[in-house]
Amino acid sequence: MSLILDTVHLTYPDGDHRLTALDQVSLQVDPGEIVAVTGPSGSGKSSLLAVAGALIAPDSGTVSIDGILLSGLDRAALDRVRRERIGFVFQQANLLPSLTVLDQLLLVSHLTGSPRGAASDRASMLLDRVGLSARSGKRPHQLSGGERQRVGIARALVGEPALLLVDEPTSALDHDRGHAVMQMLRDVTAEQGTATIVVTHDLQYLPLADRTATMSDGRLGLDLTHPALSDAH
Amino acid sequence: MFLALRDLRFARGRFTLISAVIGLMTLMVVLLTGLTAGLSAASVSAVAALPTTDISLAPPTAGQTPAFATSSMPATTVARVEAVPGVRAAHPLGISTTRLQSADTAAAATVIGTDLFPTLLAGSAPGAGQIAPTLTLAEDADLQVGDTVTVAGQQVQVAGVVTDTSFSHLPVLYTDIGTWQQIAHVDTITAVAVDPGTATPAAIDLAAGTTTVTRDAAFDAVGGFTSEQSSLNLMRWLLVGISVLVVGSFFTVWTMQRAHDLAVVRAIGGTRGYLLRDALGQAALVLLIGAGLGALVATGLGALAATVVPFILQPATVALPLLIMIAVGLLGAAVAVRNVSRVDPLTALGASR
Repeated sequence: MSLILDTVHLTYPDGDHRLTALDQVSLQVDPGEIVAVTGPSGSGKSSLLAVAGALIAPDSGTVSIDGILLSGLDRAALDRVRRERIGFVFQQANLLPSLTVLDQLLLVSHLTGSPRGAASDRASMLLDRVGLSARSGKRPHQLSGGERQRVGIARALVGEPALLLVDEPTSALDHDRGHAVMQMLRDVTAEQGTATIVVTHDLQYLPLADRTATMSDGRLGLDLTHPALSDAH
Repeated sequence: MFLALRDLRFARGRFTLISAVIGLMTLMVVLLTGLTAGLSAASVSAVAALPTTDISLAPPTAGQTPAFATSSMPATTVARVEAVPGVRAAHPLGISTTRLQSADTAAAATVIGTDLFPTLLAGSAPGAGQIAPTLTLAEDADLQVGDTVTVAGQQVQVAGVVTDTSFSHLPVLYTDIGTWQQIAHVDTITAVAVDPGTATPAAIDLAAGTTTVTRDAAFDAVGGFTSEQSSLNLMRWLLVGISVLVVGSFFTVWTMQRAHDLAVVRAIGGTRGYLLRDALGQAALVLLIGAGLGALVATGLGALAATVVPFILQPATVALPLLIMIAVGLLGAAVAVRNVSRVDPLTALGASR
């Protein structure tokens, strides 16, 4: 399994109290599988991504990514897990304004210490894959919203991650561009064999996922599309 | 430096501006350093050139500090100092301001009567009725060895020319102590240059009724030296302090502006150390370029200034302030970019939380 969340519980301080963001959440995502998570604002979707992405440690429960149990890892080890096992696609891409399209991808290779030649080859291949080879010298402000999001996807795939976490990838896109981005996520998940979680408000794209789940008040709703659960029911 | 170099290219307007500010600050600090050194030399280089370790001055009156201008003692003080057990040598010093009149030139000068002369460049050491002007004075007044000139109404002969020194911003005429007493119309001396050997200053002062200080401490006994140097040094250090604040403020704002980008880099696996090294490398590059250009321009301007004002252009007066500016700039930048290490990668997801 590429991602296993087991009875994860997460709370945030909220004045004198603590607000429950994730309430006993369990989820597993297999390589090559894409899971869409939907739900209203404040339901815990981003908290789910934060915990799955080794950005925050849960109060209880365990998180395992590509066979690595995150509990007890120090900050440097968590940085390494994010660098080598996880790809993030952020809302509105979150590209760095000073970097060209090519440099956005080379940055990841620079962080992982990949050899320059291999890094360039992989970046070129991924830009070709997302159809942006001709735009490799452009900066983010010279790209359309859809192009920025495709660069974000390519950047997330540079490190050949086991887990791809995607946060609202279509929120700033019209229907056609949104659909193209979701289809691309669908395709690269299958090609690269990543375990992919896509958080989205947009229900029209749910059919592109292998499974869907709904967050509500920190709880992950029953996922009747999972083969194991379908069998049980 | 992956991000640093690309940021510099991308935000070149902002970095050009801060580099220019750093350059101007460095320019001013280097110019002030050269001027401070130049004015210091113009004020005390004659004292600094004395081949002695200590100088005995007349004790100051209550509430005052020792001063060459007010110091006066019997000529026999030299023998009394020399008689103190342990003292290796004692030499008379007579110092006064005077006017030199040659055939067609008049110039103000400090006349120093002693037997401790700077390096001779021409002629011989002055004896009775003779003088040895410093090189610049000799050139300015067109003095040649063998010429006869008038100093404070006394006819004296130019015996030799010595290396440049000055005292209280005036070029120096060296002569022997007897001739100096005639020029100054006194039978006393101003001070005693002492090589104390094993004798303590207290023992010398007790035996000779003097106030003995080290040669460097005697700089403060030259009129106006301390206040002049203090003012210039205050300006220099204020500029250095302002530079720390300017550089620190710039990088604080710069770090705040790109906090979200830094959070993204942290989220995709960039370590705190990576971001800190990158940010400090960027600051060091900006400082090197800005301060380096400032020092380069200051060197050119200093070379021009040295022809009209007391200005010393040496590696030390350029390199030292340059290094100080870079070091304090880095300090300011380090304080500012420490916030880089506090960036929470979780905020990269902030837009949807």
